[in-house]
Amino acid sequence: MNWHAVQAIYMFEMARTRRTLLQSIVSPVISTSLYFVVFGAAIGSRIQQVDSVSYGAFIVPGLIMLSLLTQSIANASFGIYFPRFTGTIYEILSAPLSSFEIVLSYVGAAATKSTILGLIILLTAGLFVPLHIDHPFWMLVFLLLTAVTFSLFGFIVGLWADGFEKLQLVPLLIITPLTFLGGSFYSIHMLPPFWQAVTLFNPVVYLISAFRWSFFGQADVHIGISVVAILSVLGLCLAVIWWMFKTGYRLKS
Amino acid sequence: MIVTSPPSPVISIQNLTKTYSSGFQALKSITLDIRRGEIFALLGPNGAGKTTLISIVCGIVTPSTGTVSVDGHDIARDYRAARARIGLVPQELTTDAFETVWDTVSFSRGLFGKAKNPKVIERVLRDLHLWDKKDNKIMTLSGGMKRRVLIAKALSHEPEILFLDEPTAGVDVELRRDMWRVVRGLCDNGVTIILTTHYIEEAEEMADRVGVITKGELLLVEDKAVLMQKLGKKQLALKLSTPIDRIPTALAEYPLALSSDGAILTYTYDKQTERTGIDTMLNDLGRTGLRFTDLESQQSSLEDIFVGLLETPR
Ligand SMILES: Nc1ncnc2c1ncn2[C@@H]1O[C@H](COP(=O)(O)OP(=O)(O)OP(=O)(O)O)[C@@H](O)[C@H]1O
Ligand SMILES: [Mg+2]
Repeated sequence: MNWHAVQAIYMFEMARTRRTLLQSIVSPVISTSLYFVVFGAAIGSRIQQVDSVSYGAFIVPGLIMLSLLTQSIANASFGIYFPRFTGTIYEILSAPLSSFEIVLSYVGAAATKSTILGLIILLTAGLFVPLHIDHPFWMLVFLLLTAVTFSLFGFIVGLWADGFEKLQLVPLLIITPLTFLGGSFYSIHMLPPFWQAVTLFNPVVYLISAFRWSFFGQADVHIGISVVAILSVLGLCLAVIWWMFKTGYRLKS
Repeated sequence: MIVTSPPSPVISIQNLTKTYSSGFQALKSITLDIRRGEIFALLGPNGAGKTTLISIVCGIVTPSTGTVSVDGHDIARDYRAARARIGLVPQELTTDAFETVWDTVSFSRGLFGKAKNPKVIERVLRDLHLWDKKDNKIMTLSGGMKRRVLIAKALSHEPEILFLDEPTAGVDVELRRDMWRVVRGLCDNGVTIILTTHYIEEAEEMADRVGVITKGELLLVEDKAVLMQKLGKKQLALKLSTPIDRIPTALAEYPLALSSDGAILTYTYDKQTERTGIDTMLNDLGRTGLRFTDLESQQSSLEDIFVGLLETPR
């Protein structure tokens, strides 16, 4: 293992985060707070309870997931796309680095950043609603697992994109709808049976469900199924990245 | 009897070809050995395949067929060992923007698997006159300064082999001088240097050996001195006291050329041959009654050789 290189890239990426602290941390916190004001206070006051949890508290896991997903993808995709765009990728490609080490450092940095962000949002949420976490350990596990999985996905997007528009497209067109329809703001049991069945094809449902389980001890989908679903997405992302490096896809001509 | 085998090449390229996914064949079976510690100049026009060749050795482009080994390490199977030995200064000015000079150069060292060593970074930056810029963000530097940064990055991990892809494009006299000073210093320390250039004087000035590449083919590889001798013609220019219309028939036998204004007669000869024929030519010239006021002899430059090579159909 070329640990010096992994460290160098990781620190480089983290330094970039520090430079762009405003976009990376402050803006998600502000937008999450807005969600709390709108959904938690304004609308939430008219909704009694969901699965015996107050609506304000009920949306916390979903909101964290919403930020975690978009930020993981944004960070990781930008992290690898930018050197491709500027051409500085030449140095990464010419370095004595394995594909695994490249992925480890970029995805590691992106996942670290979004995990920290997730925790910050959790603390912010604590200011609006009294929070109670049933399984703090599993909460952290799911937070990390999601951050890693979607940073991997973001890395794929960053390799695939051949323009800044495409970089925006995936989060906007795929991730945001999937998250909104994945039960961030409602329990999928509130949907008519047909849409409940459709929803089960949305991987984000399992993430949110598992994450919510770690908070309240109850879930839309059985926790075991959720874990299998999350790990499958993780495995799929790893397989795609493995293929991309093997073929030199968009990296080497 | 002691048998000394020739020293093993530091880079060995065997039957290397590259066809890009567009179907364009950029390299056609290149075979080339780079000797340890030499300065090798790869000379060729735009689109010859110089950057492609370098990029393959450095691991940036995948070869279509053929093998490359660096210090005995195959670039595909043993890429870590191969790449760790190489520093690359790319042709394009591709740098980060927001990082400081110090950070970006230290980053490169880490990337190549070396532990932090501020002493080395400091020496490299001082050598390249970047020391007073070390805390500046790269985007605030001029183009020439950015090129210095790229060189510093390539040297940050103390490579044994340094590739300079068109190092003097857009570079002023001072930087060029600095660069050659650094290159010579590296060479004295045993670093092998491969540079590409269009500037023939550069190859002539710097290199021990020259390879001429065009349209993906290596036309020849020679010691610079041998190349200059082998292909170097000398020319004798005679300034006539009175211009003439055409070369007198008595001199038709000789390889003479007349300038368009009829004032200068140029005699081209091969300086390798015993008999240059200058004396008999001058005798015959005298008999025609032509007088000259001045004469000048000059060796053809690598540029002439190069142009000559490219013009000869193969
Ligand atoms: N990624 C690519 N896809 C398709 N063709 C390419 C690619 N990169 C280079 N080429 C082609 O390969 C040929 C060789 O290019 P290369 O960059 O190696 O030339 P060069 O000798 O470095 O030229 P220059 O002196 O202009 O830098 C050119 O015709 C170029 O158009
Ligand atoms: Mg080139």
